[in-house]
Amino acid sequence: MKHVLESVESQFEMFQILNENGEIINKDDMPDLSDEDLKELMRRMVYTRILDQRSIALNRQGRLGFYAPTAGQEASQLGSQFALEKEDFILPGYRDVPQLIWHGLPLYQAFLFSRGHFHGNQMPEGVNALSPQIIIGAQYVQTAGVALGMKKRGKKSVAVTYTGDGGTSQGDFYEGINFAGAYKAPALFFVQNNYFAISVPVEKQTNAKTLAQKAVAAGIEGVQVDGMDVLAVYAATKHARERAINGEGPMLIETLTYRYGPHTMAGDDPTRYRTEDLDNEWEKKDPLVRFRTFLESKDLWSEEEENKVIEQAKDDIKKQSRKPMSIRNKRLPTLSEICLKNFQ
Amino acid sequence: MAQMTMIQAITDAMRTELKNDENVLVFGEDVGQNGGVFRATEGLQDEFGEERVFDTPLAESGIGGLSIGLALQGYRPVPEIQFFGFVYEVMDSINGQMARMRYRSGGTHTSPITIRSPFGGGVHTPELHADSLEGLIAQQPGIKVVIPSTPYDAKGLLISSIRDNDPVLFLEHMKLYRSFRGEVPEEEYTIDLSKADVKREGKDVTLIAYGAMVHASLKAAEEMEKDGINAEVIDLRTVSPIDIDTIVESVKKTNRVVVVQEAQRQAGVAANVVAEIQERAILHLEAPVLRVTAPDTVYSFSAAEEVWLPNHKDIIEKVNQVLNF
Ligand SMILES: Cc1ncc(C[n+]2csc(CCOP(=O)(O)OP(=O)(O)O)c2C)c(N)n1
Repeated sequence: MKHVLESVESQFEMFQILNENGEIINKDDMPDLSDEDLKELMRRMVYTRILDQRSIALNRQGRLGFYAPTAGQEASQLGSQFALEKEDFILPGYRDVPQLIWHGLPLYQAFLFSRGHFHGNQMPEGVNALSPQIIIGAQYVQTAGVALGMKKRGKKSVAVTYTGDGGTSQGDFYEGINFAGAYKAPALFFVQNNYFAISVPVEKQTNAKTLAQKAVAAGIEGVQVDGMDVLAVYAATKHARERAINGEGPMLIETLTYRYGPHTMAGDDPTRYRTEDLDNEWEKKDPLVRFRTFLESKDLWSEEEENKVIEQAKDDIKKQSRKPMSIRNKRLPTLSEICLKNFQ
Repeated sequence: MAQMTMIQAITDAMRTELKNDENVLVFGEDVGQNGGVFRATEGLQDEFGEERVFDTPLAESGIGGLSIGLALQGYRPVPEIQFFGFVYEVMDSINGQMARMRYRSGGTHTSPITIRSPFGGGVHTPELHADSLEGLIAQQPGIKVVIPSTPYDAKGLLISSIRDNDPVLFLEHMKLYRSFRGEVPEEEYTIDLSKADVKREGKDVTLIAYGAMVHASLKAAEEMEKDGINAEVIDLRTVSPIDIDTIVESVKKTNRVVVVQEAQRQAGVAANVVAEIQERAILHLEAPVLRVTAPDTVYSFSAAEEVWLPNHKDIIEKVNQVLNF
């Protein structure tokens, strides 16, 4: 009898292109991105970092509701979305609002979602996505269905979903990747491993060394990616997307990342379960810092440029976060309309 | 006696039973080091160790199955489902398995499991956190459904639930967790799981409620008292099975009834109460039994939940209807 666990596990290595110092360590896998694309990636990460800071502040002032902080996860969230096309369908979790925004959800609607207003969940025409899923794992099984539907219709697009390290413990997680594998459906399954499911560390979540290896049981490809390296996440997503569209089946992508903030703004206190040392260790891997260093070394980025993005973000947020206040009052009476719709 | 919030009383009940019975195990998502997302298990892991109080992987179905298995090994599991809106993930373990264990094993095995779970509206949670889903479990024979409305009741009912040799679903209304304190004895005590409680005596009309709606009913009763209407308020406490005797006794006295629940209208606990009353006490009624409930729609988006949830004004309106019938 042969035991294979150790040898299988040891084959999952973290895929990286840009190291912590902002140096390219893996030229062969460097994605084919124009200078403008590279700058756009940086702009999006800076913008989203500001959005996170402002959202936390707005929440504290009582001007936003439910909010799951995103700082630290920008490379994982935005690097993956950047590799998608408009026709790709996203099934996000509650922390994946940034991907929705860059996929086309207007900012004011993201704020409405946070405030618990139904219009926040209404994707505009042409934005291929569902609003964030609250039930952990539910999006994974649905993704298998969206992907199979795309395949049946002969579309050249993929279904993309996200969960966290904790989410990989759900039955739905296994069912989703297994179904998609069985149908060779064009699905991209992301696990953003930020090492904690609220307070529970990933070592208590599973005895598996990596989460990517869970793909093996489903008979699909799995890869572990440096989730603080936006180029690696982009390249892995691009690769997975191409394979899927070519009929080679789904892929499970584990991104190693970290959330700097609390789990949500509803009373979570990370000091109960994380040490400051660990926080500091991860901040050294910051996705913005390393990508900035890289871009500066290529003369593609400057402080001036960054400040412009920051001002733009602040200005947008100011305007867009006011809108929900007026909408709330105007739209409340239409509750009966939604209630009636439920019966039709 | 100590003054406690409901959540403190709940922690106290678990501590009492962890001390009393070495087979009691407390587990769930984030219940260990973190003390639960509402801090219901605060300090319990430090006091009793990780062998007795522990985190589980993130899977409600896993938590349900684990509980059944541990019970088969002679343990008395007290699992937590972090929010009751996630119950759909564990429905088979609850209704399909543990509630049927005694029956399907011909009495050779039982499931002495107490599932604790927060629920209830008015605290602006995201989807599937606040829904009142007790009716789903109340329909299943073999499991009791308990919903306390005060700190005192919470402690006594939880101790009784843990000691019960069959499964109990113990639902904790989030709005009541910290909204007020009440007297709670430091020593252990139990409350009969088959008894409703008359929270306020009255002679003109009976209000039957549970959970947060007990407080809405008490508030309505106080306001109506100013207009000379004397309402009795019955807190069901155990919503499955219901204590019909206490209800019938009250109906014989007041002859008028309004049943109040936070859940939607159709197929719920209130409908069952109304049916029982008309079967057993119709000749004592002076008016139809009316219900105050949430509307039959998907639970409201939180921005509109105050409009959607029933409140004391809705209760007063229905009472006026039964009085003026
Ligand atoms: C089915 C279900 N169970 C439990 C929860 C409560 N909950 C919300 S987030 C969370 C932890 C999730 O951790 P992880 O999957 O690692 O994602 P992260 O929040 O770290 O992004 C839990 C337990 C939920 N929303 N849905």
